[in-house]
Amino acid sequence: MSFNSADINAFQDIWVFCEQREGKLVNTDFELLSEGRKLADERGSKLVGVLLGHEVQGIAKELGGYGADKIIVCDHPELKFYTTDAYAKVLCDVVMEEKPEVILIGATNIGRDLGPRCAARLHTGLTADCTHLDIDMNNYVNFLTTSSTLDVSTMKFPMEDTNLKMTRPAFGGHLMATIICPRFRPCMSTVRPGVMKKSEFSQEKADACQIVMRQVEISAEDLKTKVIDLVKETKKIVDLIGAEIVVSVGRGISKNVEGGIELAEKLADAFGNAVVGGSRAVIDSGWLPADHQVGQTGKTVHPKVYVALGISGAIQHKAGMQDSEVIIAVNKDETAPIFDCADYGITGDLFKIVPMMIDAIKETRDA
Amino acid sequence: MRIYVCVKQVPDTSGKVAVNPDGTLNRASMAAIINPDDMSAIEQALKLKDATGCQVTAVTMGPPPAEGMLREIIAMGADDGILISAREFGGSDTFATSQIIAAAIHKLGLSDEDMIFCGRQAIDGDTAQVGPQIAEKLEIPQVTYASVIKKSGNSILVKRMLEDGYMMIEVETPCLITCIKDKSIKPRYMTLNGIMECYSKPLMVLDYEALKDEPLIELDTIGLKGSPTNIFKSFTPPQKGVGIMLKGTDKEKVDDLVDRLKNKHVI
Ligand SMILES: Cc1cc2nc3c(=O)[nH]c(=O)nc-3n(C[C@H](O)[C@H](O)[C@H](O)COP(=O)(O)OP(=O)(O)OC[C@H]3O[C@@H](n4cnc5c(N)ncnc54)[C@H](O)[C@@H]3O)c2cc1C
Ligand SMILES: Nc1ncnc2c1ncn2[C@@H]1O[C@H](COP(=O)(O)O)[C@@H](O)[C@H]1O
Repeated sequence: MSFNSADINAFQDIWVFCEQREGKLVNTDFELLSEGRKLADERGSKLVGVLLGHEVQGIAKELGGYGADKIIVCDHPELKFYTTDAYAKVLCDVVMEEKPEVILIGATNIGRDLGPRCAARLHTGLTADCTHLDIDMNNYVNFLTTSSTLDVSTMKFPMEDTNLKMTRPAFGGHLMATIICPRFRPCMSTVRPGVMKKSEFSQEKADACQIVMRQVEISAEDLKTKVIDLVKETKKIVDLIGAEIVVSVGRGISKNVEGGIELAEKLADAFGNAVVGGSRAVIDSGWLPADHQVGQTGKTVHPKVYVALGISGAIQHKAGMQDSEVIIAVNKDETAPIFDCADYGITGDLFKIVPMMIDAIKETRDA
Repeated sequence: MRIYVCVKQVPDTSGKVAVNPDGTLNRASMAAIINPDDMSAIEQALKLKDATGCQVTAVTMGPPPAEGMLREIIAMGADDGILISAREFGGSDTFATSQIIAAAIHKLGLSDEDMIFCGRQAIDGDTAQVGPQIAEKLEIPQVTYASVIKKSGNSILVKRMLEDGYMMIEVETPCLITCIKDKSIKPRYMTLNGIMECYSKPLMVLDYEALKDEPLIELDTIGLKGSPTNIFKSFTPPQKGVGIMLKGTDKEKVDDLVDRLKNKHVI
């Protein structure tokens, strides 16, 4: 098979690696296909999803509803559970044959295992954990105009450039960097879950989407790891990313941890449709489980309302919540940096303020 | 058995971070620390050393002062250190970095029972890519996001964390494992003896000359120029416009807030 990653003109189309766990599609699939659709339109090319698994043809159609022109399904018993060996082998084989120009992979614990392994095998670059993607230079310049402190009007851009421009936070969110991969193809990027907006599902598009089954070859020598067991934590899974309202607590609850969490839960109940999150300080102290963490190393959320209770607003925390539509901060220190990104700030003791908030919301609701 | 532990010295981004006017990071203004996840990798390796008496080698690619970090790791209990350092290697992206580290480990030798431990990700770039890419270049299996590592014979059992649970994975050596922080892993401190002895333990420096003819090195994909990915622009995000600080007594502030939320149809 002739595959040369430096022969960049031989590559075309935008691909999305569609992850499934136990036969269920994951949210990043829809987010990435929606974003991929935008990129394919900018590039004037096709959007293709690649789905690996066992007996997964049934779920492929749904992916079409988010804008894919085609889904390539690789079905094999060895693909039932994710293993680096089998998945990297199959994905790289298809890529080497079909030569896509761009591959997007969700930056999940699986995507971040698969992406770098494949990029190294395909001899190309990979940009991790991207939060913004552009192909069209006009769109990129517009993005810089609104999302950076650069004086774009004084800068020159190569307007004909068709490289994928992959923007991601660096140094704990203190800097943003836009990365390109000009000499090799495919351009690969893992994309942060929860950042790209998922488009509306369209049954019409789903019906129009072409499903292609592909032969898969996996031999015993390809497999050097064995999954002995897969354990699902039975705890309630929090859907921070999809929540409309997030009420987060920080170290400010330390004088009465249980009371503080209870207040946050009651406030969440009063809002309705809300879930409780936390800063890293809270997760590191073991006050809330890890999947509640918001921020750079936690989750990125953009709910309608984000309430920060007793959170100082370190840059790593802001990285995960500053794009929320309305931000409310309660902190007893009026100089806390969280107030710099809050729409409404209240200085005060959260143990006094929050009970009043709960009452006031309930009153308004009942009125 | 030898365990190579890949470690990186990173700027401590937890405190104030200074950015130069050109948008690059002012590294000189920040303390250099051992990357936090790498501390887990070191501890996991030293635990296996305690149990099996294996050799633990700390490997880093970085500027010459990174030697100090290797000495610290030796003082914690590692046997020796490898410093990969050359101007030609500077500015490498993860593809280039992993190629160089893989070439160095290949040169030093990776036997059937050896392992490579990395941190899951380094806090300067947060990419989590270098480990898997080293594994691919050396054509050995990888297990990422490891919280518990157990050895029995040539087979290694790893608890690999997922967002919603975990997998138990069996892998044979040689292999590469990336380690996460976990409550069960408490990185040890340097010992007094360790500190006294760390300067008499072997520390090898591998420069461009030493690695340029290695089979795994492609001279046109290393360093700033050769790296497949390039920085097109770097910038600081604008501060969101400061919002409204609500005024009055606690009760007045809360009522004002709830009024505003009502007007926005949030409640
Ligand atoms: C690489 C890296 C990644 C990181 N990733 C994340 C991440 O994903 N998410 C994250 O959150 N952090 C992250 N951090 C940590 C971050 O830097 C901060 O340390 C953390 O966010 C602080 O949490 P906090 O605001 O709860 O605690 P603190 O900074 O201690 O703030 C507590 C606040 O509560 C206020 N307070 C105290 N008592 C009361 C009271 N009774 N009523 C009202 N207010 C009160 C105080 O004034 C203070 O402002 C990361 C750090 C690094 C280096
Ligand atoms: N320059 C380096 N020298 C040694 N190890 C490194 C280097 N860069 C990355 N690593 C290893 O790879 C892991 C992941 O790094 P990164 O891909 O940069 O997030 C780190 O935790 C280290 O174990």
